[in-house]
Amino acid sequence: MKKRKLRILGFLALALFTPLACWAADGTSVDTGITSWMLTSTALVLLMIPGLAMFYGGLVRTKNVLGTMMHSYAAMAIVGVLWAVCGYALSFGTNILGGWIGWDGKLFFLRGIDDTIMGSHVPEYVFAMFQGKFAIITPALITGAFAERVKFRGYCIFLALWSLLVYAPLCHWVWASDGFLFNMGAKGAIDFAGGTVVHISSGISALVAALFLGARRGYPRNSMHPNNLVMTLMGAGLLWVGWFGFNAGSSINSGIDTARALTVTQVAAAAGAVMWMLIEALYHGKSTSLGISSGILAGLVAITPAAGVVQVSGAIALGAIASIISYHAILFKSKLGYDDSLDVFGIHGVSGITGALLLTFFIRPSWMAEAALKAGSWTVWQQLGVQAAAVGITVLYAAVLTLLLVWFVEKTAGFRMEEKDEMAGMDHTLHGEHGYGLLNVN
Amino acid sequence: MKLVTAIIQPDKLDEVRESLVAAGITRITVSRVSGHGRQEGEDLYRGQKVIPNLIPKVRLDIACNDTFVKIACDAIIQSARHNGGKVGDGKIFITSLEECIRIRTGDKGGEAI
Repeated sequence: MKKRKLRILGFLALALFTPLACWAADGTSVDTGITSWMLTSTALVLLMIPGLAMFYGGLVRTKNVLGTMMHSYAAMAIVGVLWAVCGYALSFGTNILGGWIGWDGKLFFLRGIDDTIMGSHVPEYVFAMFQGKFAIITPALITGAFAERVKFRGYCIFLALWSLLVYAPLCHWVWASDGFLFNMGAKGAIDFAGGTVVHISSGISALVAALFLGARRGYPRNSMHPNNLVMTLMGAGLLWVGWFGFNAGSSINSGIDTARALTVTQVAAAAGAVMWMLIEALYHGKSTSLGISSGILAGLVAITPAAGVVQVSGAIALGAIASIISYHAILFKSKLGYDDSLDVFGIHGVSGITGALLLTFFIRPSWMAEAALKAGSWTVWQQLGVQAAAVGITVLYAAVLTLLLVWFVEKTAGFRMEEKDEMAGMDHTLHGEHGYGLLNVN
Repeated sequence: MKLVTAIIQPDKLDEVRESLVAAGITRITVSRVSGHGRQEGEDLYRGQKVIPNLIPKVRLDIACNDTFVKIACDAIIQSARHNGGKVGDGKIFITSLEECIRIRTGDKGGEAI
């Protein structure tokens, strides 16, 4: 994201050369290597959303499998359109309303970027589409918290509003070159690929929505077993694969930063998985497939903000610590008794916060040296303060806005399903379909 | 002893189950089946309403002592109806049950149910 500054330089260069000759419209040339990797990354991040649909779809009961997968696919559809229309302009335009959000009329319908090559030598279309995938997956992550009990119409409205009023401002603050978190402290709050913007915001929103909408009928007395863990495992695998685009693509480069991000992503996911297996083996004598999937996700979420600044040993530590903390957060949830059905807060919220804060202790020395050079002196504790501020602001903002949005949707279109419809299942009631043939009911 | 076999619509399974439990009947077997009745089931397929050849149903098998037969049937009837009763709500078959054995202990007859 720091390449945004280069992009502005690119624009300046463009402005300088435009009157001289028409070839200068391409004042910045396309680097085919970087662009190829960014195109690949864009596709990889999109692949995470069917992955998420499979992950969540496998965890619910048979009668809700389609309704649950539809939540992710509806995000691809609705945010896919919204992002191109105005989401990108709101997120990556220049500060308006005192920096609450951005706006740039040129980016409305992406009209003004038809010829734009960014300072990072990538066509701006690619950058806009890459960022758009993040905007899609973030609200889709929330849906695990209110799985099996919301109306489709209400969800669609919530999705659109959340994407514009929660995601776009957060994305602007953290990643736009004039965002206030981007410029906080010596070298900004560190959020390489979306620890705060994506995972903490969706995790906190999930918690708020789950608390507001209430538990599923029968929870926690009745067991609600996953209908298809095979699908969940495949989903977790696709998420891991897609995460290479998510993290390594966030370098907006195809070089040393990319290689670093890719390596720590791989290592942290594996470390998270190993730790979750060990914890379960220790406590229960058996490691479960849902456990290894959860560990993979915890590790991936924790490394997301950190992928640009930590080294391999730090990545292993972050992945493992995230698994330990998430595991206990989920146990604690069971004690509290609220129904975050698929543990969005327990994994994305908790591991996201863990990663965003603890990454401070594993930053590579060269980064700290650069920060010290810029600010005169810079310590780990000062950076921890910046990280904590970014986390705190994200938590507060996402929680308040989500509460307002779920309240608004519940009062207008209706969010929570009627009791009888919930018993009959989402697939039958909301979509008029059923997911499986003669598979046994559960 | 009787074997009560009920064929109901899948979306009513949870309601029927809860109604049976409320009536004190907790030992049931549930399976997915498909078949023909007078009902023409409808599914949506790319915007078109289609009628599947075989309509998915749920089958409940409940073995019970004679005194429980009426309780079980009443519980099913009042919970499996759509809006007071529609074609396709299902059927209940009651057959005599010759013997029942609990595998764990070898107990036989009404005791074992």
